[in-house]
Amino acid sequence: MAFNLVLFYIFAAITVGATLLVVVQSNPVYSVLLLIGSFIGLAGLYVLLDAPFVAVIQIIVYAGAIMVLFLFVVMLLNAPREEIVQSGMLESGATRAIGALLAIAFAGELAWALTRSRTLAMTSAGGRPSYSVSQIGQRLFQEYAFAFEATSILILVAMVGAVTLAGRHLSKERRPESRTRSLQDPNG
Amino acid sequence: MIAQLAILGFVFFMLLNSAAIMVYVERKVAARIQQRMGPTLVGPYGLLQPLADIIKLAMKENLQPKSADPILFALAPVISAACAFTAFAVVPFGAETTFFGLLDRPVPLQVADVNVAILWVFAVTSMGVYGIVLAGWSSNSKYSLLGALRSSAQMISYELSYGMALAAVLLLAGSMSIREIVDAQSGAWFGFIPRWFVLLQPVGFFIFMTAGVAETNRAPFDFPEAEQELVAGYHTEYSSMSFAMFFLAEYINMVTVSAIATNLYLGGWHGPLLPVWLGWIWFLLKVSFLLFFYVWMRWTLPRYRYDQLMAFGWKFLLPLSVINLLVTAAGVLYFGL
Repeated sequence: MAFNLVLFYIFAAITVGATLLVVVQSNPVYSVLLLIGSFIGLAGLYVLLDAPFVAVIQIIVYAGAIMVLFLFVVMLLNAPREEIVQSGMLESGATRAIGALLAIAFAGELAWALTRSRTLAMTSAGGRPSYSVSQIGQRLFQEYAFAFEATSILILVAMVGAVTLAGRHLSKERRPESRTRSLQDPNG
Repeated sequence: MIAQLAILGFVFFMLLNSAAIMVYVERKVAARIQQRMGPTLVGPYGLLQPLADIIKLAMKENLQPKSADPILFALAPVISAACAFTAFAVVPFGAETTFFGLLDRPVPLQVADVNVAILWVFAVTSMGVYGIVLAGWSSNSKYSLLGALRSSAQMISYELSYGMALAAVLLLAGSMSIREIVDAQSGAWFGFIPRWFVLLQPVGFFIFMTAGVAETNRAPFDFPEAEQELVAGYHTEYSSMSFAMFFLAEYINMVTVSAIATNLYLGGWHGPLLPVWLGWIWFLLKVSFLLFFYVWMRWTLPRYRYDQLMAFGWKFLLPLSVINLLVTAAGVLYFGL
């Protein structure tokens, strides 16, 4: 039990520390990598909660798939380091006041959520079954089948939309296939 | 606990050794295929050649381009190598044993038996992409960047077919623990045909091995380091031990893919003649055969063109793996395979 507690603090420190550094340091590529570190710490916390399936899915989907996309975008756009703006709007008193207000509101929200989650943890302590992969699958495809299928259609629509938007540029120019074909065949 | 740590150390040591042995085998087999002798001077039959290679690499200067990002440049090979080792953690290589009564309770011959093992392998493999992408980007060289982009595009494309092939095996075995999948393949049909999943899943095995070769960036899918176009791909700027780490990662990934293919399709440590406690000999034989197959293929088949690779992955392998999954699911549902 004590060993689990030590592990919890290690993973929690990784998650919180990495997340803080995502915001604090200025190189966008480092930010992406630190976010991956934070997701891995989170996956460790899921393992400690007896949810290895959620942990692995967290790594495959977030740390693996989505962050690769982020990294590609940051690398290909060659995003510069963020500079600290010294003059202009950010320095004025009004923006600072709004920022402070937002921060206080967020802190209050967080405190409320934390006190609530403690009571929630107390109520759910009584012998809830740990969900195995087959249990998750049965719930997903029986109780939540409609929501699941609706989400997949939504994703499909987004994918078709992306392909259409990207293809619009291609149809105006020559398609890349025709170019390679003419390279192969000198008469074509 | 101590037995588990001992197995962990043993696996780590043997993976390092397997990479060294594979370098020797690769050079010898390549030489034989090209009617040469291969390494013969260092030690008997050139057996100490890998050791000489390692010493040579360690003695070289660790160069770093001036315009490279120093932290990421140093980090990238570490990510690659670490992911390669981590993936093997859930791979079992023998039945439970007490080491001739040395231990009170039998221990399984594997580092960790988790019930999401297959997904774990999948997750760690997808993390391995970062090592390559970061190497390419942080080198600040166009060859490296192009190699890294190709490599990651290739890995992401073939991961889908890889996952679909794995899902079909999961349906047959009804478990995600690799140990349970292996045990589902024990015994024989009609007393002499082994119940290996390769006989139920020949298409799945083909998809898995093809995607596995693409995932490990080996010939005929070795675009990331297509010499004629990209010098050496993502590790163009690397030298000395940081280059060696990429090399190590590539060979360990090959061993991991072969070991997983052995466990999922070829019945793991189950085989005729030998008793169960000697099953690891079967396991070693099967993995060695698959590794030889890897090398054999590299020196036999020419490299594909890049667009052929992408068309093959998306237009042939992925639809095939979906059909394979559907047929398997139907078989499990209606015939109870």
